Amino acid sequence: MKKHLITISDLSKNEIIEIFKQGKVFKDILQRPIKKIPTLRGKTVGLLFFEPSTRTKLSFELAAKRMSADTINFSASTSSLKKNESIKDTIMTLEAMKIDIYVVRHPSPGVPAMITKIIKGSVINAGDGAHAHPTQGILDAYTVWEKFGDVKGLHIAILGDVKYSRVIRSDIEIFLKLGAHLTLCTAKTLMPNWIDPKVKYTTNIEKAVKDADVIMGLRMQKERQDSAIIPDEIEFNTFFGIKNIKIANKKNNYIVMHPGPINRGIEIDGDIADSKHSVINEQVTNGLATRMAIFYALFQG
Amino acid sequence: MKAKNKIMEKIDIMRSLKRIAHEIVEFNKGTDSLIILGIRRRGVPLGKLINEEIKKTEGKSAPFGILDITLYRDDLSTLGEKPKVNSTEINFDINDKNIVLIDDVLYTGRTIRSAIDEIMDFGRPASVQVAVLIDRGHRELPIFANYIGRTIPTKKSEIIKVMTEETDGKWEVWIYEKLDK
Repeated sequence: MKKHLITISDLSKNEIIEIFKQGKVFKDILQRPIKKIPTLRGKTVGLLFFEPSTRTKLSFELAAKRMSADTINFSASTSSLKKNESIKDTIMTLEAMKIDIYVVRHPSPGVPAMITKIIKGSVINAGDGAHAHPTQGILDAYTVWEKFGDVKGLHIAILGDVKYSRVIRSDIEIFLKLGAHLTLCTAKTLMPNWIDPKVKYTTNIEKAVKDADVIMGLRMQKERQDSAIIPDEIEFNTFFGIKNIKIANKKNNYIVMHPGPINRGIEIDGDIADSKHSVINEQVTNGLATRMAIFYALFQG
Repeated sequence: MKAKNKIMEKIDIMRSLKRIAHEIVEFNKGTDSLIILGIRRRGVPLGKLINEEIKKTEGKSAPFGILDITLYRDDLSTLGEKPKVNSTEINFDINDKNIVLIDDVLYTGRTIRSAIDEIMDFGRPASVQVAVLIDRGHRELPIFANYIGRTIPTKKSEIIKVMTEETDGKWEVWIYEKLDK
């Protein structure tokens, strides 16, 4: 495996499957009475979040702690960046404290990649703008892989805010790499223009979910939408939300996913999010397990 | 690596395992609080055979589990290529039980140290004992085996290879000489 994880393209198909297999072992460890292993003892993981995050940061922090690494937290709002220190100087200060793995989230695309040039250890991209969020892609694909045994040939329907999602790029990249068929379904104003030609697009939700083994919702990114993109949320929900009546006639073993946080009644209805098909909470556990597997694969002597 | 000597045939291995099984139940007074744990990889087939022998003499076998000690190794950060992690399978309570760890070769003692650390993350056993097919000496930690198939004095430049049907297609023990690079 490469030294850094910036986008899914840093990983070969075999490396992804290897992370899945190892992730399964780490998931078992999370069921033990003492959920801690000494593997990263003496290593330090720096969590650099230049943008608010709850679940991704908690997940990385707990993954590191479960492996006995020390963690230090850096958040932009309480840092010297407020005193006009540049990112580079901030990183060099941390580097002097001997950090082994940096987990970086930043609102601007490219910052994690830039940091790889300054430091000696490894960098994991925890989301850079709308560019990439590879560990979310890995945990989503892991969830599908674990449920169905393989990702190849599966039909995956993705609904919700495609345009402003950073998850979607990493998801599309990893699912295509593993041989899945993807269909996007959302309002035309929420479709970006960069989508891979192998991905199908429809505005008809019944058509999108008809053969789907996986139905995935993406959060309406209200904070990134700068103009009136949809008439209103209720109308969006009527036409493009994941609703019982739209997916009622589906076969028995499909799963419903969502990277969270979910907006009930907008991109997904509450009864679907709580149904037996929903794996939304399991995705959180899988996120912890796969991040542990990624730490294991990346850490250097 | 050059093969020097075959030191055990299948029949020798089976005799040793049979004796070890008897010693285990003798010392632990039956199988009531006994647990057998095989250390991946070659401790697993050895442990299974010992447990079968225990069943023959006692009428019932002990709960059998598998330990993968990779994540507990003390040399992970010095290895270039990270070893793959396999699952540890302990699907029963180990508190207040007598655990017998099974491995093929006892050498530096570091594997057993890792295994003991891992076991402690599952609970507090009454005792931990060690059974190995070969004890070749050169301990780097204060660790000993309670049950030993055969003690073989070796040079550090030698390698002891225990072959099992599950992992190598046959039961044999060989001694190899490391060749100078």
